Amino acid sequence: MATPLLALSGVSKSFGAVAALRDVRLELYSGEAHALVGENGAGKSTLVKILAGVHAPDQGTLTLDGRPVTLGNPADARAAGIAVIYQEPTLFPDLSVAENIFMGRQPLRSLRRIASAEMRARAIELCERLGVPLDPDRPARGLSIADQQIVEIAKALSLDARVLVMDEPTAALSGVEVERLFTVARSLRDSGTAVLFISHRFDEVFALCQRVTVMRDGRWVSTDPAADLSVDEVVRRMVGREVTSLFPKEPATVGEPRLEVRGLTRHGSFADVSFTVRGGEIVALAGLVGAGRSEVSRAIFGVDPYDAGQVCVDGKRLPRGDTAAAIEAGLALVPEDRRQQGLVMELSVERNATLPRRWALTRMGLLFGGAERRAAGTWAERLQVKAARLSDAVSTLSGGNQQKVVLAKWLATHPRVLIVDEPTRGIDVGTKSEVHRLLSRLAGDGVAVLMVSSELPEVLGMADRVLVMHEGRLAADIPRDRADEESVMLAATGQGGRS
Amino acid sequence: MSEPAVRVRSALGSWDAIVLIAVVAVAVVGALTIDGVASPRFWRFVTLEAIPIALIALPMTLVVITGEIDLSVASVLGLTCTVMGQLWVWGVSSLPLIIALCLLLGAVLGAVNGLFVTGFGLPSLAVTIGTLALYRGLAYVVLGDRAVADYPAEWTNSAIAPIPGTTIPWMILVVAVLAVAFGVLLHATPIGRGLYAMGNNAEAARFAGISVVRTKFWLFAATGAMSALAGVFWTLRFASARADNGSGLELAVVAAVLLGGVSIFGGRGGLLGVIAAVALLGVLRNALQLAYVPANTLTIITGSLLIASVVGPNVVGMLRERLRRRRPATPTPSAST
Ligand SMILES: Nc1ncnc2c1ncn2[C@@H]1O[C@H](COP(=O)(O)OP(=O)(O)OP(=O)(O)O)[C@@H](O)[C@H]1O
Ligand SMILES: [Mg+2]
Repeated sequence: MATPLLALSGVSKSFGAVAALRDVRLELYSGEAHALVGENGAGKSTLVKILAGVHAPDQGTLTLDGRPVTLGNPADARAAGIAVIYQEPTLFPDLSVAENIFMGRQPLRSLRRIASAEMRARAIELCERLGVPLDPDRPARGLSIADQQIVEIAKALSLDARVLVMDEPTAALSGVEVERLFTVARSLRDSGTAVLFISHRFDEVFALCQRVTVMRDGRWVSTDPAADLSVDEVVRRMVGREVTSLFPKEPATVGEPRLEVRGLTRHGSFADVSFTVRGGEIVALAGLVGAGRSEVSRAIFGVDPYDAGQVCVDGKRLPRGDTAAAIEAGLALVPEDRRQQGLVMELSVERNATLPRRWALTRMGLLFGGAERRAAGTWAERLQVKAARLSDAVSTLSGGNQQKVVLAKWLATHPRVLIVDEPTRGIDVGTKSEVHRLLSRLAGDGVAVLMVSSELPEVLGMADRVLVMHEGRLAADIPRDRADEESVMLAATGQGGRS
Repeated sequence: MSEPAVRVRSALGSWDAIVLIAVVAVAVVGALTIDGVASPRFWRFVTLEAIPIALIALPMTLVVITGEIDLSVASVLGLTCTVMGQLWVWGVSSLPLIIALCLLLGAVLGAVNGLFVTGFGLPSLAVTIGTLALYRGLAYVVLGDRAVADYPAEWTNSAIAPIPGTTIPWMILVVAVLAVAFGVLLHATPIGRGLYAMGNNAEAARFAGISVVRTKFWLFAATGAMSALAGVFWTLRFASARADNGSGLELAVVAAVLLGGVSIFGGRGGLLGVIAAVALLGVLRNALQLAYVPANTLTIITGSLLIASVVGPNVVGMLRERLRRRRPATPTPSAST
């Protein structure tokens, strides 16, 4: 083939004692979409940050069009034509959507004044291309994680870059938005852009990419044409062993109603939402980005207020907007946005993992040194959290491992009603089936599980019933045996009737 | 590297340790070079001066860790002093009753701060600058330019009485007990864990079921009560209740908290460092005074220390990052191709 547009060779990078990358190579050609896959903590995001100029490699070379380059900072990378969508959205909360998209390179009028009208128009156009109509003037604060992701994608697209790097851009998106994104990515690819795509969803990898690079434990394992690979083969190379059955939901005896939601309404977000989740049941809440699923979960959990309706757990009505009372009643919520809502990034893994149940760990009202570490250790092991030390700040963990800490934090509270919002966002195959096994086992123990998920295979594989939301209202309640891709998507896009 | 080795190194490299070492260094160098620093009288003086600062710095540490600040503490102290004087003038002659009323007053004044900050969601900096002026103004309303100074000698003596056999005032024991209580609260209880969580990320704290609003409200109330306690001590120590008692003291308190390694942005720091910083500032100021360093120079030194303590950690971090980046990405020929 021709000279690669962008090539990395012999790249190594360590953080203190942790070797994140060891002698890694990667070649990206003009006009190809290239997948990068690997387990949580394999080093994918670290590689992305090197391409973005955020981290300088300890060793190795980077060449652009065959010439060695040094990317000292993100501006260098941008100047070299590399646009990056990071795994975790990094928006300025007080700036508008449009300002975020054009941060640092706003279109200008004479006298270096910002051409706001043009900026707005281009922001609207970009969002429309992605099929998510966002108000360009609203502040980024309060955007759902999926919408934040859309803004990040729009930001990268607006750069007209030669290399587009996407680190798990689809993790929070549902099928419709993913398809739009892929349409855009394909047209960019066909016009000569090199696309690097990272995802834990293999169907997406094979739908978009021509070549697949596998990484394991910070090392390069293989690069092959996607056509020569199967999902099983990729997984084997990633994990180093066979991973069986992805969605093992076992049947459980369905018991009494545990969570009852009646006429829940919050003006502007959702209206008249009523449903029941029984012990032993896993109920999925599906829908498009912005349908109001996360808003409903937060209102149930008491972090957001609501205007009308009621929430009952085991027949007892929960006070409105009181999270402590909800937790006391046995409710747990794994929120969608792990960086803002799920974790205190600067605190250690053990503090984070034990935060909601720290009272239960006290002896004579005090927390002795070891109590939190021991409690966190048990769950870290069960979920295979990859951290150098439990006393390390949770911010030093890879995205998927941070997600595991959020799960550990809430599973450890032994909830009676568990609400999980995108529980496996950014989690690799091996652990994903472990998480599904855990959810299934919890249901078996009589826990009521409400699962918000944008990943259709996860919804169809795990749920006893699928509730579909459309524009803030429940559009359908589909039992397991009648739930399939089509029925869910029709209801989600507002074309299905209430069944 | 083994785990204990890492822990020992990080403990020695911590800011707490630096401040503690600085206290000892200043004391030793002072004792060797400045006449009088070695005398028991000097230490009695340092302690008397440090007691009110320490009393207020304890709750202030917690407040700053949650990401807030209370600048009205010295005015709460002043207002408490005047009310204490007025109570005496009115003929309230039971000291315990006076103290109880003063603490209650302080808690209410603090709760007003807390209400504005949590109830109306206003920034604590703005609110407490407002009440700094307001409470001081009220102090002048209560006593005007008068001073109430005719307290019974046993009251004033008891406040500054030394621990038998030493020259150190016994009040330091009260401070020590309170310091341990606050230290345990901050570092070894679920409440303390919650304070760090909300100081770093209030939203994630709410998602973990921590009542940010309620906790902050009570912290402000506690800060008010502790400032009032400092006011009672102040009045008895100087045997004088005046409206201008302790004015400017909030700066000394905030300086100690920040110099003690607590981040002004919240979420970081500990109580040990703050206590060491109170001692450091006290010893330094008094030692330099003995060395006839003019008051203006003292202020300059305190101010510089404060800036150094805020800027220092950032500069160190920045330099480290610079060095790390400067290290070239050497194009070593790799063996793998
Ligand atoms: N700033 C940092 N400080 C210390 N360690 C870090 C830092 N960033 C990453 N690491 C470590 O480097 C390793 C690789 O992390 P990276 O984020 O690249 O993984 P990843 O492949 O993107 O995983 P995921 O699929 O979970 O996103 C992990 O072990 C992680 O803990
Ligand atoms: Mg990653």
